[in-house]
Amino acid sequence: MAEATTTLDLADRTREADHPHSPVARFGADKPLRLDAGVDFAPLQIAYQTYGTLNAERSNAVLICHALTGDQHVVNRHPVTGKPGWWETMVGPGLPIDTERYFIICPNVVGGCMGSSGPASTNPATRLPWGLDFPVITVRDMVRAQAMLLDHLGIDSLFAVAGGSMGGMQVLQWAASYPQRVFAALPIAAATRHSAQNIAFHEVGRQAVMADPDWRGGRYFAHGTNPRRGLAVARMGAHITYLSDAALHRKFGRRFQNRDNPTFSFDADFQVESYLRHQGITFVERFDANSYLYLTRAMDYFDLAGDYDGVVANGFRGTPTRFCVISFTSDWLFPTSESRAIVHALNAASARVSFAEITTDKGHDAFLLDEPELFAIVRGFLDGAARSRGLRA
Amino acid sequence: MLSRVKYDLTMAEAARGAGGARIDLLVVAAMVDQGARVLDVGCGDGELLRLLESRGVDGRGIELSREGVNECVAKGLAVVQGDADTDLAAYPNDAFDYVILSQTLQATRQPRIVLEHMLRISRRAIVSFPNFGHWNIRLQILLGGQMPRTRNLPYAWYETPNIHFCSIKDFRALCFAVGAKMDQAVALNAWGRQMRLKMPWWFWNLFGEQAVFLLSRRS
Repeated sequence: MAEATTTLDLADRTREADHPHSPVARFGADKPLRLDAGVDFAPLQIAYQTYGTLNAERSNAVLICHALTGDQHVVNRHPVTGKPGWWETMVGPGLPIDTERYFIICPNVVGGCMGSSGPASTNPATRLPWGLDFPVITVRDMVRAQAMLLDHLGIDSLFAVAGGSMGGMQVLQWAASYPQRVFAALPIAAATRHSAQNIAFHEVGRQAVMADPDWRGGRYFAHGTNPRRGLAVARMGAHITYLSDAALHRKFGRRFQNRDNPTFSFDADFQVESYLRHQGITFVERFDANSYLYLTRAMDYFDLAGDYDGVVANGFRGTPTRFCVISFTSDWLFPTSESRAIVHALNAASARVSFAEITTDKGHDAFLLDEPELFAIVRGFLDGAARSRGLRA
Repeated sequence: MLSRVKYDLTMAEAARGAGGARIDLLVVAAMVDQGARVLDVGCGDGELLRLLESRGVDGRGIELSREGVNECVAKGLAVVQGDADTDLAAYPNDAFDYVILSQTLQATRQPRIVLEHMLRISRRAIVSFPNFGHWNIRLQILLGGQMPRTRNLPYAWYETPNIHFCSIKDFRALCFAVGAKMDQAVALNAWGRQMRLKMPWWFWNLFGEQAVFLLSRRS
C-alpha cells in the first residue's frame, strides 16, 4: 500500500488530542468520571463544538452523538483533513436539525482522539500518551461524560439527542440513563446491542491493527512509529460493512482503475480496490489506532438489556421521552430487525415512538448521505416535538 | 397506504364533514373519549390520528406501507412501520384505552388473532370493515356469478389485498367467539354516512356498506 503523504506526525496527533481546535471542558480529581470498568478517571477533558444559540429558557439544546470514526466537527471544516463536517446534509441553517432554531452540541467521545480524553491523550502521571494504559470505556461512560459536559454548560435538559450507529447507541443510553433530561430521542441505524457478527468484524479490525509491527504493543508513540497499514486494513474491512453489495456494484461494478485490462498482478486493478485503499489511507491521517481499538470495544460491550435484567423495555419504563427510530433497507450492519427490536421494547414500555424504514441501497452509511426521505422524517419529528415543547418556530 | 388501498374509499373521500374530515372517520372518532390513549392499526396517512390528536387524544399508529409511515412521521405523528398480524404481539396488556382497526380487518391473515390481541392490549376496540353481506355484493354473485366489485372495492379477485371478507353477521359471530361485548354498532352507507333508522341486524347486513363496531372485553 502506498504511504500517505500528508500523514500527521506524532507531535501533531498528540497536539490535537491534548489541545484540540475546539473548546474543551476540564474536570479535575474532584469531579472524576466513574467508569464501568470500576475506575474513577481524572483529570478528564471533553472537547466539543457548538452551533446556533441557546435560548433564554435553555430549552432548545440538541446533543449530537457521533459515530465510531466521527468527531465533534459536525458542520465545520475539519481541522486535520480540511474537509467539510460529517453531517452537513442534516445540520445547518434551515436544515432538519436547524442551527437557527436549536443550540447544537457535539462532544468528542471519551476514548476518541480529537480532544476528549483517550489513549492518544497525554497521561499526566507519565507525560506520555496513555496508550493501552487508558482504561477500557463503554458507551455508558461516553454518555456519563457528556452529562458532565452538559452540567458544566448549565444545560439541564435536552430538547433532543440524535445520532447514527454508535451515536444511536449513545442516544438509547441517554434515554435509558437520563430519561428526565431527554425530551426527544433520534436513534438512527442503531441497535440495543452489538451483534455477534458486528463484534466479529470489529475483532478482525483490531487484529489487523495489532498485527502491524509498528503497533508495538500499543506503544507506538514512544517508538516513533504508527501502525498505518494495520489501521488502514481495519478501515478497509469496516468500510465494506458500511456499504452494500448493491451500492458497491452501482459505484464500481467490475470496472478497472485507469487501465483496460487486468495487469495479472496484485495492483489495485479494480476501482473498488483503489477506492478502499484510498479510504484506508485517508483514515489513518486523522485517526489514532489505539482509539480505534477502544471505541470498537465500547460498541462490542454495548448491550442495553444487560443493565436491565435482560429486558430492554425495563430501561424505558415510564419514559417521558418521545422516540423516532430510523433504519435503512440495505443496512446489513445494523439491519431493520435491530431497529424493530428497539421499537418493540419501546412499545412494551408504552413509550411514544415513531419508526420508519427508509428505502435506499446505500447501506449503513446512508444516515450520513443525501437521503431526502430521512431529512423529511427528522424534520417532521423534530417539528412535532418542538410544538409539544413550546419552542418557537 | 394500507387502509386506503385495501378499501378504496372513493365515495367516503367525496363525503366530508364541515371540518373537512371524512365522515366515517368522524364516526370512529366520536366513539373515543377525550384524553384517551389510542392505537390506530393501519393508520394510512394519519388522517384519523390527526383528527384524534386535535381532540386531545394521545394517538399512536401502526402502518404497513413505508410511504404511509414516512408521511405520518413527517407530520409529527407517533407511527411505527409494522404489520397488524405480527406486531400487535409486542404490545403489553392494557397498554391503550382503545385500539382502532379501520378498514383493515379484511386484509389481515389472521383476523381472529388480530382481534384477540386488540382486546388484550386495550379494554376497548373499534373495528370498521366493508360489509360483504350488502345486497349489491350478494346480487353480483347470485346473478352475475362473479366475484363482486364495487366503487369502494374495485379490485379483481386475483389482485385484491382483501383476503378475509366478512358480513356484519359474520363479524358478530366472531365477536361471540372471542368473547367481545358489542357496545355500539353503526352501519354506514357508501358515503360513510351513518344510517340512522332503528332496524334489526338482518336489515343492516343487507343495506349497510360499511360497519363500525365498538367492542369491549368481557371481564
